[in-house]
Amino acid sequence: MRPYNCGMSDELSPRLPEPDRPWMIRTYAGHSTAKASNELYRRNLEKGQTGLSVAFDLPTQTGYDPDDELARGEVGKVGVSISHRGDMATLMDGIPLAEMNTSMTINATAAWLLALYIVAAEDEGVEEGQLQGTTQNDILKEFLARGTYAFPPAPSMRLIADMIAYTVEHVPKWNPINICSYHLQEAGATPVQEIAYAMSDAIAVLDAVRERVPPERIEQVFGRISFFVNAGVRFIEEHAKLRAMSILWEELGRERYGVKDPRHLRFRYGVQVNSLGLTEAQPENNVQRIVLETLAVTLGRDARARAIQLPAWNEALGLPRPWDQQWSLRIQQVLAYETDILEYPDIFAGSKVMDGLVAEMLEGSRAEMAVVAEHGGAVEAVPYMKGALVESHRERIRRIEAGSQVVVGQNRFTESELSPLTDDAEGGILVVDPALEDEQIEAVRRWRSERDQTAVDAALASLAAVARDRDSGENLMVATIAAARAGATTGEWAHTLREVFGGYRAPTGVGEAAAASTDGDLSELRLEVSRLQERLGRRPKILVGKPGLDGHSNGAEQIAVRARDSGMDVVYEGIRMTPTQIAASALQEGVHVIGLSILSGSHRELIPAVIEALRKEGVTAPVVVGGIIPEQDVALLRRAGVAAVYTPKDFDITRIMRDIVELVGAGAGTVASNGHGLSANGSA
Amino acid sequence: MSTDGAAVGARLRERDLSAAPAALNLLESSAAADREQSARLLAELSPAALGCEAPGHVVGVTGPPGAGKSTLLSALLRAWRAQGRTVAILAVDPSSRRSGGSLLGDRARIEFDPADRGVLIRSTAAGERLGGLASATRAAAHALAAAFDVVVVETVGVGQGETEIADVADTVVVVVQPGSGDVLQFLKSGITEIPDVLVVTKADLPAIATRSMRDVSSALRSLGSGSTPVLAVSSLSPTRGIEELMHTLAEHRAGLDIAARRLRARRAGALTDFVAEHGEHGLRSVGGRRAAESLLDGQRPDLEAPALLAVLEQAMA
Repeated sequence: MRPYNCGMSDELSPRLPEPDRPWMIRTYAGHSTAKASNELYRRNLEKGQTGLSVAFDLPTQTGYDPDDELARGEVGKVGVSISHRGDMATLMDGIPLAEMNTSMTINATAAWLLALYIVAAEDEGVEEGQLQGTTQNDILKEFLARGTYAFPPAPSMRLIADMIAYTVEHVPKWNPINICSYHLQEAGATPVQEIAYAMSDAIAVLDAVRERVPPERIEQVFGRISFFVNAGVRFIEEHAKLRAMSILWEELGRERYGVKDPRHLRFRYGVQVNSLGLTEAQPENNVQRIVLETLAVTLGRDARARAIQLPAWNEALGLPRPWDQQWSLRIQQVLAYETDILEYPDIFAGSKVMDGLVAEMLEGSRAEMAVVAEHGGAVEAVPYMKGALVESHRERIRRIEAGSQVVVGQNRFTESELSPLTDDAEGGILVVDPALEDEQIEAVRRWRSERDQTAVDAALASLAAVARDRDSGENLMVATIAAARAGATTGEWAHTLREVFGGYRAPTGVGEAAAASTDGDLSELRLEVSRLQERLGRRPKILVGKPGLDGHSNGAEQIAVRARDSGMDVVYEGIRMTPTQIAASALQEGVHVIGLSILSGSHRELIPAVIEALRKEGVTAPVVVGGIIPEQDVALLRRAGVAAVYTPKDFDITRIMRDIVELVGAGAGTVASNGHGLSANGSA
Repeated sequence: MSTDGAAVGARLRERDLSAAPAALNLLESSAAADREQSARLLAELSPAALGCEAPGHVVGVTGPPGAGKSTLLSALLRAWRAQGRTVAILAVDPSSRRSGGSLLGDRARIEFDPADRGVLIRSTAAGERLGGLASATRAAAHALAAAFDVVVVETVGVGQGETEIADVADTVVVVVQPGSGDVLQFLKSGITEIPDVLVVTKADLPAIATRSMRDVSSALRSLGSGSTPVLAVSSLSPTRGIEELMHTLAEHRAGLDIAARRLRARRAGALTDFVAEHGEHGLRSVGGRRAAESLLDGQRPDLEAPALLAVLEQAMA
């Protein structure tokens, strides 16, 4: 194998003549309103952060205005709510857009948010050609792992291709897409799966753009594609993963797309380190996990990250506060400015161990990429990849349950002193003021009433016309910027495109995941389930529901798969279900128990709404809830009628299943049914 | 305490759709008390009690995984609802695994308005028998046909499932996607019975859809069934061929001797249930399959399946 080398001299000096400049130091931040987030950004920049990373709330990410039914409970929760150019101007107020490097975690609505950013810059007298930054814009991983998609795969790919074609020409310093392997690892991917699926994803994107740009431009397009990766706590292996990705990327550029310029062949990536491995138990341990994971992406110079943002130590508890984020910022600064990490050439050059690990991963990844190619490429292979991820994640959970994968403080060394960190009234997390949602609803309605409606209608009509004519060769981005300029809202833009493109539900992956490989630990539970079946007369049936806009479906998927493996009939319909949908399913399917999963912090609003909808249908089956539920909210949910609440502490899913079987057994005879059905009991 | 089957049956007879979930809970149950109530429920809906065959159109929809059944059903559902017709879909999942549990995923793939009271979707596992229809599904289809305008029984299958679906449906639709050779092979070899309607999906890919239509049609002609309708349908927006398919289904139903088809279905169903319950031993004790069939043939034509099963069980003793 060719030794890994990024243009350095072959003769290794132990030191660089000049230390490297640090990577771009960011904090993934944003919450509630544009004004509050703007204040936060300015403070973070004063603290030495060198770029911005904008977190949007789920309605903005999925294309709904704050006053939409689906936005209920989600406004301003996991990020900032941005509905129109006015919000974007407030968000960026006082920030020099010509110099700033802004990363936006935005996908389905990326074209729209970039359009708002361009218009906000225009208002400040900054031309679009000067803008620097990144839009995440990787829709395939939304289908696979993150869930904030808005349109079906084909039109989504067209939107991405148009945006890339537009920025390469008009906003040349913009990274229009970040191919994300990050979320695949969060969904349980092994390093090989992470590499293979991300590369296959990139191929799908590049192939789509190739059809929409002149042939000579593909080299430039290739050079603008960057990656957003993850790094877990096995940081040596993780570093090898990144070296393997660089090699594959260069190979892909040369061989598939004929790229020759070495600058365009460089594998550029930003990183947020792993959140999946962060625990709710003894959360302070997450700090050392984050530090070690950061080493994975900084240690070796030849595969070092261009930009880094770190999660907060208390993510598994709830939403982090500005102080928690500052801690993560300081971790980067200590590493960059205090240690000697930036003073050396690549410290793994010539390492047999590292080269061996890289070779192993290359081999595995090429094999897996071939499987994806056989499915017809990444777009067609979404169900296959989703199934493979669900299976890998199940395997990971099994190892943790069995203790063969150690998680300190969770399945080993669990004795702990009381932590002073989570001692305050809020339990050491950020609580978003519930009144804020009403204010945002009020604000967007005011915006709509005060703008030039005729201009908005015309802009949206021409957007629809461009969208409808898929062969016109007209770029959707141009019509999108015009709509942003006219004052349209996020919800209106997305609604216009949904009308043309149609809605979409991504595959859930749970059907594709094979049955458990080791059944030993489940046999007792299965016996319980079959006893329960005898008592009920029917196989116990569970509805697993994900209310709200939250797309993090790992938990729900694992519960669904384990319930099946325990012998239950499982109805799982995927993410983004309204309370009405969940209630209708529970009633029509005649389920014995309902499990709800929610991670976005909107449980306080959504869970009671679901229970109300269920009871209105006459469904009396018990409801259990799992997710990131702060301790102090458990009582509230119990009062609303929830039978049991599970949090990330409860990592033993088999035990949760046992509880559920017991719960159904305790109420045996009570099944989801409507009032009429029950009242018919003695009436004839 | 078990639900009162007669009361639920009476509500279905009055076309009270809200009784459907309770009816299905009962019909799916194997508890002794529930089975007794199920029999009473079905008795309320027998041709004898209704004075005619249940008016709903029972449509069987089957085809290999990935053929586009769910997308087709979404489009059909929309069109039927636009005509004001009520629709129940019984989605039978093929999974039958070591654990006995199953993931019922079809509901997620069919688009519908959850607040629409004229639609019901119920997912069931196929049960222990591979490719088979659970006895409860047959009973459910018959019961719901009294209340809903259309009852769809959706199964996954290439080859075996279609025979059983023909025992419950008035009209059997086999769905194939362009370029899938399996169905063609099964048709030619006689493993698959010839359906009432054949649908080739994904007509938005005109070249391969046209080729597939030609292949399927010529296979049908060579089997002497050139009159079997073959339709190309695109279920994605903008849809194509859905209206024509609805028309073809209605036409098939209109040309059917519905009483004869339902009678055959009830008798075949009763026999299947009998064998499932009492096995080959049971069959021998009534003098073999032929004797059982002729015993059933001698019964009143307006008896419902549980009553027919009871006749066979009496003959055992």
